[in-house]
Amino acid sequence: MVRDDPGGDTSLRLSADHDVCAGAGQCVRAAPDLFDQDDDGLVLLLTSDVPPGSRAHALDAVDLCPSGAIAIRSRPPAPPGP
Amino acid sequence: MTQPAPDAHASDTPVAFPQARSCPFSPPESYARMRERPGPTRAVIPSGKEPWLLTGFTDVRTALSHPASSSDARHPAFPALGDGEQQVAAELRPFIRMDPPDHTRVRRMLVGEFTVRRVREMRPAIEAICREQAEHLLSLPTPADLVSEYANRVSTTVICRLLGVPMEDLEFFRRITSVAGARNSTAQEVGAALGELFALIDRLIDEKAEDPGDDLISRLVNGPLAREEITRHSLLSQIGITLNAGHETTRNMIPLAALDLLRNPDQMDLLRDDPGLWPAAVDELLRHLSVADVITLRVATEDIPLESGTIPAGDGYIALLGAANHDPEAFPDPERLDLTRTQRNHVAFGYGVHQCVGQNLGRLELEVALRVLFERVPGLRLAAPLEELPQRSASTIFGLDEVPVAW
Repeated sequence: MVRDDPGGDTSLRLSADHDVCAGAGQCVRAAPDLFDQDDDGLVLLLTSDVPPGSRAHALDAVDLCPSGAIAIRSRPPAPPGP
Repeated sequence: MTQPAPDAHASDTPVAFPQARSCPFSPPESYARMRERPGPTRAVIPSGKEPWLLTGFTDVRTALSHPASSSDARHPAFPALGDGEQQVAAELRPFIRMDPPDHTRVRRMLVGEFTVRRVREMRPAIEAICREQAEHLLSLPTPADLVSEYANRVSTTVICRLLGVPMEDLEFFRRITSVAGARNSTAQEVGAALGELFALIDRLIDEKAEDPGDDLISRLVNGPLAREEITRHSLLSQIGITLNAGHETTRNMIPLAALDLLRNPDQMDLLRDDPGLWPAAVDELLRHLSVADVITLRVATEDIPLESGTIPAGDGYIALLGAANHDPEAFPDPERLDLTRTQRNHVAFGYGVHQCVGQNLGRLELEVALRVLFERVPGLRLAAPLEELPQRSASTIFGLDEVPVAW
């Protein structure tokens, strides 16, 4: 379920699929700090790393997007240092 | 978690559909009963076809966003609620009744016109239109009709200005769209009204090719049409549906929403105390009233698995938006108008790739029209018993025909 927050300790990464976007603008309403629309009305990702204060907005945007154009996933852990 | 397939009900008598509302502020009461039974409900519509009805929030969203969900009115199982509607949609192919990739191509010609930013820029113009129409309303003796003397004048003026329909054609436009949007219009009546509408748009296409203005029709004519990315016949259909869909929903929502707030004075007080609540209020009113309840007519081109069962390939279905928006699992105490709800995922504008292209404009128009109305006409009140108000039950979009008000 997209509404389930994977947990406060995990970093979230967003991706947006231009080809799937229906241009409804729901993501911009839900998370204007993370999304915009280009001149053709299609999704523009302002940042792919979700700042901690924007997690709820990001999850809302995924839920509200009618066409499934936005995906969210936990950022893979950083590779172990040398 | 396999649930019973819909054919668990196949032996039951199909429910007659569409059904009337007993209260203008809620979808038909029978939806709640259908939702309590597992699986989709078999219905019979005036054409004799037997589509499935979906009433659960999750089922509605799942079905509408499924790739096998077809909107093509040419499919024999397409569950149009009026004969006129089916024939016209199959011939004209407005983009709301198309599938990808054709749908995607047309929709993308329009979405740039309705972005959150573009719509925000329209606010001052919409405020001026609403103020002008509120003055018009106030100039009339009471009781006055809120539908024809305010809501319809606001919605037609806004959409015609956006598209570039000259103000002198407005009355003509208002008359023909009332015929074309009615479910009880015959195919012939719808055809004649659309013929007149198309003659108007046809003339505008020529005029705007010669002398482009700052409007949507000019941009489509000198962009996609000039580049031969769309035929003139299809462009006519797409402009026609945009004009129609853009004004009828708003025209019906404004009076209903005004009455819904008037009968919930505690909610009105919240808005008075905190005008910042208006955008949330608009979404709650959209959810609560769900006037486009039966617009989402579909055919399953493959089996569509749902939480509650399966829609078999080849069957028509109607994803009832009002039923989804009143599903208590998604919206606790759904009959209550609660402007402080934090959920924003209602489906009043549909779901999936067909979700309303003009929803941002619709929200803004509704907000401004209601704010201006209550500001300019603070003593607004209904001047007839609620149960006597005639419902536009014969229209695809729910609304009231006439709402006498005084102040």
